[in-house]
Amino acid sequence: MDMHRREVLKAGGGATLYTLLAAAGFLKPGDALAQAWNKGAFEAKTLDEVVKALGGAAPAQSKDIAFVQTPDIAENGAVVPIGVSSSVPKTESIAILVEKNPNALAAVFDLPAGTEPTVSTRVKMGQSSNIHALVRADGKFYVATKEVKVTLGGCGG
Amino acid sequence: MSKSPLRVRARGILLSAATALAVGAAFAQTSAVDEIAKYRSALQEGNPAELWEARGEGLWKTPRGPNKVTFEKCDLGLGPGVVKGAYAQLPRYFADADRVMDLETRLVWCMVKLQGFTEADAKKNPFGGPNRKSDIEALVAFITSESRGVKMNVAGTHPKEDEAYRIGEKMFFFRGGPHDFACATCHAEDSKRIRLQDLPNLVKQAGAQKAYTTWPAYRVSQGELRSFQWRLYDCFRQQRFPELEFTSDASIALTMFLAKNANGAAFDAPAIKR
Amino acid sequence: MADPMRIRASVVGDATEVKVLMNHEMETGQRKDSAGKVIPAWFIQTVTATHNGKPVLAAQWGPAISKNPFLSFKFKGGAKGDKVQITWVDNRGDKRTDEATIA
Repeated sequence: MDMHRREVLKAGGGATLYTLLAAAGFLKPGDALAQAWNKGAFEAKTLDEVVKALGGAAPAQSKDIAFVQTPDIAENGAVVPIGVSSSVPKTESIAILVEKNPNALAAVFDLPAGTEPTVSTRVKMGQSSNIHALVRADGKFYVATKEVKVTLGGCGG
Repeated sequence: MSKSPLRVRARGILLSAATALAVGAAFAQTSAVDEIAKYRSALQEGNPAELWEARGEGLWKTPRGPNKVTFEKCDLGLGPGVVKGAYAQLPRYFADADRVMDLETRLVWCMVKLQGFTEADAKKNPFGGPNRKSDIEALVAFITSESRGVKMNVAGTHPKEDEAYRIGEKMFFFRGGPHDFACATCHAEDSKRIRLQDLPNLVKQAGAQKAYTTWPAYRVSQGELRSFQWRLYDCFRQQRFPELEFTSDASIALTMFLAKNANGAAFDAPAIKR
Repeated sequence: MADPMRIRASVVGDATEVKVLMNHEMETGQRKDSAGKVIPAWFIQTVTATHNGKPVLAAQWGPAISKNPFLSFKFKGGAKGDKVQITWVDNRGDKRTDEATIA
């Protein structure tokens, strides 16, 4: 358990360097290096661990992050539409986390200047859970949370 | 013992508490239904059925089988190679086969007669799963998409079409299996539900139209596009009936009954469902 | 070889809206097959989008993205006839690139 945690932190450390480089403008999205997949972030279990792996700390709650086209109840957890729109100035990236999934992080979208701070996709949810929309703007992290309930389907109709 | 006023009052309180509970439940249910409607509308933004449609279009135009020919001579009822609007008039009687056929049956027929597949090969993978995509389901997705917006117009006038319709109707109401079930057990009354799913009343025109015109569908729970043959196959499984054989006369008869009942409504599939 | 994506790109006001559907199992690595064996994880890890060669989106995904993924985003500018190109790479190193013309 400890060993695993240390590995996660190590991977997170590497990711931090990458994120710092990217934030400092050394890497541009689309560069070969920017394609690196942040293993540490995707293996993290909680919001705090994910933020850490993405190179930040303690995200601030923000009212400038909105969920769009995201229902309160999902008829099937295999496909839950999630849309996130940020009006935090200088939004650079948007991440979607499902709190109760085995690994919280579902996706990170890096948005170069000129791309609007709004994305939508569909995620799997193992059970009813909080969804976190995590925004990085001007190097700082912000978060908004919404609960989505997952129902069981009928017999197959 | 005479009734004391206290007792009567207690009963009155119980009654109003029950009423309040019922009202509360109805309210909760309505808002849940609204939220589910929101979920369904959010899914409409992108339907993975399009991936099947694209693959099906490719299959339709690709020379296949031992004879290495395309489907362009395959007559779906409106002439060789005509796809636009064809599904809205199926099932129908085909003189060349002397049989009433639905879309899947006709595709199998074309694969055998034109492309030279054996019947067993043509029918081998009717319903896809992970890592075994079904060509039939892809073709069905493409062909049905070419009837989107077209009004359902199943003739049912040929004696064999009429016969199929009547057999289909009988099957719909036929009770059997270990649960003594019929299609009608779930689908012949208004306002029936299983958990949160409303069950369409298929003996009323509006219910039949809404249900039939939204199949095939991308089934979110399975991550697959499902054809109408699959829909009936799975209804039979759920009723614990004997397996409904792919492209059997029984499957075509039931399709005929349901398709004709949907006449007049604009076809609106492939859809996306939970 | 993976099947092609479906990409729709259209001008909406002063921006281009891009909607993408991808063919992918997005297997989580958490499920077992009928024999009780864990089905190995198999999922898209990175998605990149370019407009006339310039990056407009770089995403990293985990296995919690739904099977046959859907993605939509918007970028400023873009004119009818311009090209939008999307590339995904999965954890097996499989890769797929498709292009659409802005309508």
